[in-house]
Amino acid sequence: MSDDQTSLYAARVPIFPRRVSGYFRRLKWVIMIVTLGIYYITPWIRWDRGPNLPDQAVLVDMANRRFYFFWIEIWPHEFYFVAGLLVMAGVGLFLFTAMLGRVWCGYACPQTVWTDLFLVVERWVQGDRNARMRLHNSKWDARKIRLKVTTWALWLMIAVATGGAWVFYFTDAPTLLFNLVTFQAPGIAYMTIFVLTMTTFVFGGFMREQVCIYMCPWPRIQGAMMDDDTLTVAYREWRGEPRTRGKKRREAAAEASAAGPQIGGRSPLITMPGVRNTTTGKFARAEGPGDCIDCNACVNVCPMGIDIRDGQQLACITCALCIDACDEVMEKTGAARGLIDYVALSDAPREAAGGDPINVRKHLMRPRNYVYAGVWAAFGLALLFALFIRPDIEMTVAAVRNPTFVVLSDGSVRNAYDVRLRNKHGEERPFALSVSADSGVVLSVEGADTDDIVMVPADAQHRVRVYLTAASGTPVSTRERTNLDLWVEDTESGERASVGTSFNGRENQ
Amino acid sequence: MSERRKDPVTGTETTGHEWDGIEELNNPLPRWWLWCFYGTIAWGLIYVILFPAWPLINSATGGILGWSTRASVAEDIAAVDAQHAERFAALTELDPAEIPGHPELSGFALNAGAAVFRTNCSQCHGSGAAGAKGYPNLLDDDWLWGGTMEEITYTIRHGIRNEDDPDARYSEMPAFGEILSGDEIATLVTHVQSLPEGTDPLAGEGGTLYDENCSSCHGLDAKGDPALGAPNLTDAIWLYGGSDDALTETITNARYGVMPPWVERLGEGEVRAVAAYVYSLGGGVSEEAAAAGQ
Repeated sequence: MSDDQTSLYAARVPIFPRRVSGYFRRLKWVIMIVTLGIYYITPWIRWDRGPNLPDQAVLVDMANRRFYFFWIEIWPHEFYFVAGLLVMAGVGLFLFTAMLGRVWCGYACPQTVWTDLFLVVERWVQGDRNARMRLHNSKWDARKIRLKVTTWALWLMIAVATGGAWVFYFTDAPTLLFNLVTFQAPGIAYMTIFVLTMTTFVFGGFMREQVCIYMCPWPRIQGAMMDDDTLTVAYREWRGEPRTRGKKRREAAAEASAAGPQIGGRSPLITMPGVRNTTTGKFARAEGPGDCIDCNACVNVCPMGIDIRDGQQLACITCALCIDACDEVMEKTGAARGLIDYVALSDAPREAAGGDPINVRKHLMRPRNYVYAGVWAAFGLALLFALFIRPDIEMTVAAVRNPTFVVLSDGSVRNAYDVRLRNKHGEERPFALSVSADSGVVLSVEGADTDDIVMVPADAQHRVRVYLTAASGTPVSTRERTNLDLWVEDTESGERASVGTSFNGRENQ
Repeated sequence: MSERRKDPVTGTETTGHEWDGIEELNNPLPRWWLWCFYGTIAWGLIYVILFPAWPLINSATGGILGWSTRASVAEDIAAVDAQHAERFAALTELDPAEIPGHPELSGFALNAGAAVFRTNCSQCHGSGAAGAKGYPNLLDDDWLWGGTMEEITYTIRHGIRNEDDPDARYSEMPAFGEILSGDEIATLVTHVQSLPEGTDPLAGEGGTLYDENCSSCHGLDAKGDPALGAPNLTDAIWLYGGSDDALTETITNARYGVMPPWVERLGEGEVRAVAAYVYSLGGGVSEEAAAAGQ
């Protein structure tokens, strides 16, 4: 034991969270079912886009450089939509962290959700906390091997399904599944599944809280984003202390208040950087035992293995299961619920001095959050607006400037343009090219028989060389530079688009 | 090493390290992290044995797998070349005039042809194919030796007026400085300069001189003859310039533009590709248009 204390390296202490029920547990079940459901089922949703396009609702088509999301199709040059979504995700995270602390960690982070799922399996096979602890401490006999191997096998199946689901987002899911099971899928698919299977299996089954405490940068970043009004899971020590249990509550209370401030036992107190540390016992009642009966229910249910009564700490992911556990106990003892609760730092002095808890809305509705919500909504609306005004046909024009113009045998002057036409429809469309009528130049298309109609394949960009010719002696042919517009029209739908460019004449003749 | 003790504020043990009264708390690193560290060392050792790693004076250790970036690039290039060889072979088998009808092959031909052009042709014809004095502009609609795919391919394959290829296109304009007097040449220059404006090639004193000396190659209508490489004198394009001095020089001493044959150097596949590229630059003449023109 003394070796352990002096070592610079610590082995992981296994954690056996007890089953708990209550409001937050139910909320977490719902979130788990919804998020995992979205993840596993989405690639299998079909969405008819016509014969030329994939019928997968959500598809990241790397090979053809397209991203499909139900009725939305993103081309590479529209990547700003993705950038905008990332900005929204960032600002959204600011908003949620400012309001609710590490709510992402506690409810929606894949590490949390999959660990929760793995715990369900573990509990189903090996039993609840006490049974698992007994099993862990027992010798390796046939029963232990059977139970452990069963657990690991189930975890591995979930892990394979998780890694497998990922690759379905990148190509047609049914085809890939068929190829996977018949060993015809590309090596990269198997490799990806293998890597994600192993990370899911190891992170969800064995590393769990170690990932959050030692590998993830997010706890540190979020600590800097919280303020005194951020709601976070906390222990009302001014109500709970001095904690006592059983018949000795009253004597213990006297001892505790005499001993002064207490430091919690199980885990080292790791203070959130930048957040004031409220020492336990500071607001302890002058007399009588606190509401905490020191039953350790909050500690036993904690998937991180910490004691929330030590105060806010780096290792707490605010999953709120200790709230459920404590509320259950408080109901039994006849005390008010909320000994462990969503509390803001600014609540502590007021409540300790005898003030009433204030409505959480007062914590949430503060200027900082309005700014975040406003920025978030502005980006969202801008993206929506951009999405709806986005044209289905597009054209870019690059004037060929090597050489700037060509003189033809009849003395007319010709300019060439590299024109890219984008057809975002699901079928081939005839695009008619034209030039503003009053410009005095004639348009023709390289290699096209019917002059100015270009067939653009479905969902594709098509490059054509377009010539504008000004007859000999006309003003356009002699002027150094004439600005004009190129027009493209989808002759089936009537959609039009134009791009401004310029025509170079023979200046000196 | 000084004494390890428990820090009264945090309740955490110190490591015993102390600098000027500042002590270090022992918040232990997870043991698996240590194992990961050892793992990376082991991985590094294996990597150094398998792959090129240690720099020596002139090279580096090779690694027992024998892998190298250069060999890897060479493999990739060989793979691309093999793929291209197939397509060049397909191009060679096709009738040049039919290339535009095969979208995939023609796309390949245009891209490959553009690369071949930049490497081999741009020195004279310019990177934009606009030519220069004495080097034809390939973007316009004027062709000395014909602008159909077939004719362009032949010109590139065998070249013009070279001594390396017996099939090269050949013609030679006489130096009229030895045949005509200076006054006659001056009259002819003025006459030829007026042809693009619609003057009858056979009209007047200049017309008589033209008829006697020039029309056998450039034609009675002065529109030239692609079979002889004789330029059209009625259009707006002058390969060597249309000024008095330039035309006097041309008629007096004649011109003798030379282009090397390319089939030996490029191979038939690349010749076809670069012909398709040149054809696509804006001056290509379709077979039907050529037939209608004759």
